[in-house]
Amino acid sequence: MQRMLGDWRAVAVLLGPALTVYSVVMLVPIFWSTGYTMFDGNAIRGFEFVGFDNFIRFFQDPTAWQTVGFTIRYALVLTILQVACGYGLALLYVFYLKRGGALIRTLVFFPVILPTVAVALLFSRMFEAAPAVGPINSIIMFLGGENVDWFGQSGSSFWVIILMDLWRSMGFYAVLLYAGVVEIPDELIESARIDGASGWRLIRSIVVPLSLPVLLSALIFSINGTLKVFDTIVALTNGGPGTSTTPLTVYMFRTSFSFGEYGYGSTVAFMLTLLCLLVTLFIFNSTRRDLTKG
Amino acid sequence: MTLDIDDARTVAMPSVQPPAAGRRRGARRFLRRLPVMIGLAILVIIVAYPLIWMLLGSFKTQSEFLSEPFWALPQQWNLDNYIEAFVDGGLGTYIRNSVIAVFPSIILIVLFGTAAGFALEVMVWRGRGVVLLMFLAGIMIPVQMILLPLFTIYFRLHLTGTLWPLIITYVAIGMPLTVFMMATYFRSVPREVFEAATIDGANIYRLFWSIGMPLVRNAIFTVALVQFFFIWNDLLVALTFVNTQDLRTIQVGLLNFTGQYGAIDYGPMFAGIAVNVVGTLILYLFLNQQVMKGLTAGSVKG
Repeated sequence: MQRMLGDWRAVAVLLGPALTVYSVVMLVPIFWSTGYTMFDGNAIRGFEFVGFDNFIRFFQDPTAWQTVGFTIRYALVLTILQVACGYGLALLYVFYLKRGGALIRTLVFFPVILPTVAVALLFSRMFEAAPAVGPINSIIMFLGGENVDWFGQSGSSFWVIILMDLWRSMGFYAVLLYAGVVEIPDELIESARIDGASGWRLIRSIVVPLSLPVLLSALIFSINGTLKVFDTIVALTNGGPGTSTTPLTVYMFRTSFSFGEYGYGSTVAFMLTLLCLLVTLFIFNSTRRDLTKG
Repeated sequence: MTLDIDDARTVAMPSVQPPAAGRRRGARRFLRRLPVMIGLAILVIIVAYPLIWMLLGSFKTQSEFLSEPFWALPQQWNLDNYIEAFVDGGLGTYIRNSVIAVFPSIILIVLFGTAAGFALEVMVWRGRGVVLLMFLAGIMIPVQMILLPLFTIYFRLHLTGTLWPLIITYVAIGMPLTVFMMATYFRSVPREVFEAATIDGANIYRLFWSIGMPLVRNAIFTVALVQFFFIWNDLLVALTFVNTQDLRTIQVGLLNFTGQYGAIDYGPMFAGIAVNVVGTLILYLFLNQQVMKGLTAGSVKG
């Protein structure tokens, strides 16, 4: 038995295809791309070794800083709202809906699986000001306001992006967190009630601490996903107006494929990867400390 | 993490009520529940309204879009917009390309991923922990990091101009999560099952193919579903490696729906969005419990 399960040839046959594809198409390109950061040029024009010039350029590039700023702002704001709304919904599912909740859960989960491009095009039409007036502006005008050009300023574009992503994702976080809240033993909540805890106090002192692990994995998942945002923004604002809603991912795509700057594009991709790793490690570390404390 | 979707809780419910006080308390309970009811109604409207608006829009004419208010119903319920989206917009081609790229990718992902999960979890050899960790690391890496080298490779191998770059890239990107999920599912299979099969004379490949695979059949279905939504909805990879119009997938095609006519042609565009959305919704309606479980399970492990 042990000898058969340790058969190297069988390991090679079973693991081989997956490991080969993964190594050749992901691992090798990761190192290759890191190598590109030291060069200037592209596959057609040829490459020229420039050392750390790309990194220096990145740190002196105001657009790059703007995209870093947008990426972080977007990730933070959306993560907080996603997890908060999802948690609110999860509590609603568990404490108010009980048996009838399945239908609402199914409905609110709907948008999660919809193609981002389709949803983004839909939302860009909903918030449209001209030539057709979208529903949002129609309602504002009906209430006596003015026709707002939502995609004309960076501030309002930012919030439209956030709103749309919240619409798309809150059902997902609700179901994710619901799984954590529903696992809290009934007896614990019952005994807290007998001790006189109710409403807000019950949630704060009993429910939140007990669902902390799942809250934290939702947080890590959310921040990791939001740092990589791409589809939403390409389809909704295409980074505009100007570059005010351009995240690192879109900036990388543009430098690489619109301007053919492979070296600089790889540098942007490298910085993005670094950001993802750092943020994940940071949350991971701080949560571990919190868990041992609590 | 397992999800008990159907697990109903009775925590907030008052346990037993004396029948005499029933009616008055019923009225009070109704009042107490009213804010929640209103909240739920608003929630349902927020979720459903954009989709209803989209469906109505797909039947409207250009002039209805430009001059009628948004709540007006379409004057005629004909399929002109849909016909235009398919004939002039090339929606059919886009859907075909997506199907050609997505389904082979999913089959390969599931096959490779399950085999690797089996080799990493059921089989016993030195270094498997390290290999599993190596796969795991791939979950965090942004796809942007591998695009440029891949673009160069595909270009040199003359694969640009086909859908192969999409399939290859999707399979690789799908590997980390799939391998990790399959390894986790195999962990829950009791060792005795494999031992018994071995005693009955099964060799290792039979053990994998006839015992292991059927045992995790549900998990395979879940993983395939998760990957389907990831790949079908992908824009980044498709946008990078597809440069001719007749190879566009549905997402790339939809993104370029406006550019083709210069000005926005609202009706066909809404029809295109509707086809994309309604297709996904039908799948979801049939499999919603499975989809919810799958996507959330995939994420917690991610």
